[in-house]
Amino acid sequence: MNYSKKVLDLFKNPKNIGKMENYDGVGKIGNPVCGDVMHLYIKVKDNIITDISFETFGCIAAITSSSIVTEMVKGKTIEEALKINKDDVLRELDGLPDIKIHCSVLSIDALKQAINDYKSKQ
Amino acid sequence: MSIYLDNGATTRLDPRALRAMLPFLKKQYGNASSIYKLGRQAKTAIEKSRRQIADKLGVNSEEIIFTSGGTESNNFAIKSIAFSNRDKGNHIITSKIEHKSVFNVCKWLETQGFEVTYLDVDQNGYIKGLRKAITDKTILVSIIHGHNEFGSIQDLEEIKSICGDIYLHTDACQSFTKIDVKHADLITINAHKIHGPKGIGALYIKKGVRINEWQHGGGHENRMRSGTENVAGIVGFGKAVTLKSKTEYIRELKEYFIEQLKDIGRINISRDLPHVISVTIDKIEGEAIVGMLDIDNIYVATGSACNSNTLEPNQSLLAIGLEPQEVNSTIRITLSRFNNKKEIDKTVRVLKETVRKLREISPL
Repeated sequence: MNYSKKVLDLFKNPKNIGKMENYDGVGKIGNPVCGDVMHLYIKVKDNIITDISFETFGCIAAITSSSIVTEMVKGKTIEEALKINKDDVLRELDGLPDIKIHCSVLSIDALKQAINDYKSKQ
Repeated sequence: MSIYLDNGATTRLDPRALRAMLPFLKKQYGNASSIYKLGRQAKTAIEKSRRQIADKLGVNSEEIIFTSGGTESNNFAIKSIAFSNRDKGNHIITSKIEHKSVFNVCKWLETQGFEVTYLDVDQNGYIKGLRKAITDKTILVSIIHGHNEFGSIQDLEEIKSICGDIYLHTDACQSFTKIDVKHADLITINAHKIHGPKGIGALYIKKGVRINEWQHGGGHENRMRSGTENVAGIVGFGKAVTLKSKTEYIRELKEYFIEQLKDIGRINISRDLPHVISVTIDKIEGEAIVGMLDIDNIYVATGSACNSNTLEPNQSLLAIGLEPQEVNSTIRITLSRFNNKKEIDKTVRVLKETVRKLREISPL
């Protein structure tokens, strides 16, 4: 599997890992095809994502996709966060092997679900 | 320094095999079909290797055909036996734990009018139901000898006794030189799993087996497999089979490794072949483990779906009863005579740290 240097560097030191207590929204996504499971937690204040963390069971691509999404949306408004798509994730990672692109989709889906969860509680 | 623990994928070329090959990559570049000295010398070198390989298998030199490797030998054996014996029947029996170069050949033969039975295996990785699967149309049984993922070795003597007159082919790439390979009518072997070069293999075809050439051309290899011989590869292959395989040393290393792995995960079978260890580590994913170990230059393999080109979990591991989730959490460690206890100690240390890190990230 040919991963970019950026992916491998991030895999060495993934950011914002771990379960969050007292979160405002959570997205729990599982992909039975590949076996990836992703949990993404957000804390929101004044419409801004002030804190975010993830837990992922999955491959290098799944872990780095989750990690990069948390970095991309931290400090952003809900509206800004919702605009982020898989191509943005792929750009930030300097690409993923074709067969791993679904991992970037998974991370976006987890984010959207977390935001929907937050909104549903408002 | 790297620690190479993926000897089921390929092995380091033994320096002695390399040394034997070099003349044939330099001054001895003759075509073995040429009648002048340079050609005759190449021919002599090929025949010496053929004898070395035949001796190792305990067969006659004339029964060894050189090919480009295990995949070609499997293709040659199964396809050619199928088409050469079509008048006797169209049924082939194989198993659910075969290498893809057997499995996908059988799948293709199904599109060519052949019927294939894929035998189940028990939880120890041994095939079952062969006797019942045989019909009066069965022309070939192809069963892997030593398993590449979890190391089970099939009892070829018993299998052949059940087959009777039906041809038995076995893929012995993992077991060759480590365990005796006997009783099959056709045997696939290759060089790069035994510290020889890549791109060279052989097919043993027992005298009297009805099989036609599959790769047509100039009639090389006794008109069984055309193509100018890979002289250096053949010489390296021959040299590799003469080297001590140190099977007992490897088996001791494996036992030493398994003792320490027991704290980390569950060992799957792994008892027959001396060099294969399969271990399932719950709640973390195989490719991520491979990636983490890679950071420390430790090389292992995984049966995880995420590491395959098809995103399907390893079919052999499913066949011995692992759940897809468990397959995705399974890594394979395969040893060689070039490994040592120090490497194992370091690997266990790094693996423990890897498991801790990945479990911290895992939601499971």
